[in-house]
Amino acid sequence: MSIHAQGMRAWLLQRLSGAYIAVYLVLALFIIGTGPRLDYVRWHELLSQPPVSIATLLFFLFLLIHAWVGIRDVLLDYIQLQALRFSILMVLALGLLTMGIWVSMILFSVVQL
Amino acid sequence: MLTKSRRPKYLNLIKINLPITGIASILHRISGVLLFLSIPFLIYALSLSLRSPESFAQVQAFFDNMLIRALGLMLVYALAHHFFAGIRFLLLDLDIGLDLKTARASALAAILAGLTIFVLVVIGILL
Repeated sequence: MSIHAQGMRAWLLQRLSGAYIAVYLVLALFIIGTGPRLDYVRWHELLSQPPVSIATLLFFLFLLIHAWVGIRDVLLDYIQLQALRFSILMVLALGLLTMGIWVSMILFSVVQL
Repeated sequence: MLTKSRRPKYLNLIKINLPITGIASILHRISGVLLFLSIPFLIYALSLSLRSPESFAQVQAFFDNMLIRALGLMLVYALAHHFFAGIRFLLLDLDIGLDLKTARASALAAILAGLTIFVLVVIGILL
């Protein structure tokens, strides 16, 4: 039962994160595309606004979760050797976690509260 | 756990006739892996772009390199296909378009939409 529940959670998380990523990207393209030419000043000013940096932080967190579920699915399909599979999943998890901390630090250093 | 199958393996890729829905699906997977591999570069570019006007210009200058530009375009296509095929999968999960005829049509539509975005971006760069 718990295995089923976990699979269901991953399935749902994959869809929800995918939907958020899609909406964020469309909005981001719209905002960047409709304003004046994107230079450093506008870019920095845009990401220093809390709503934008929070939405962007959520984008990256959802992106990393989306990548975790997706790449995990691919690895489970192609890597049958349990020890190797586990090792690669560990490296993947550590890598994604590192990227999550990294991008949080970048965004926290820009946001003007 | 994995029982050895006695079924013959037949992996002549040229002779495998993948239906259009299967093409949309495998492209969704390949594009997903490519996009995943691009994430650290994306974060690095974000970090540089916000550091100073000089490093912002540095990120732009990366794309003067034709190889980087080609890789960027490949990622644009990967994202476009992943986006449209992903929306199609979301709809299928909501039981929308499950019958074979609609599923084939939507697979073709997702593939064409991804290619269209790619062509538009290439044209946009050339103009």
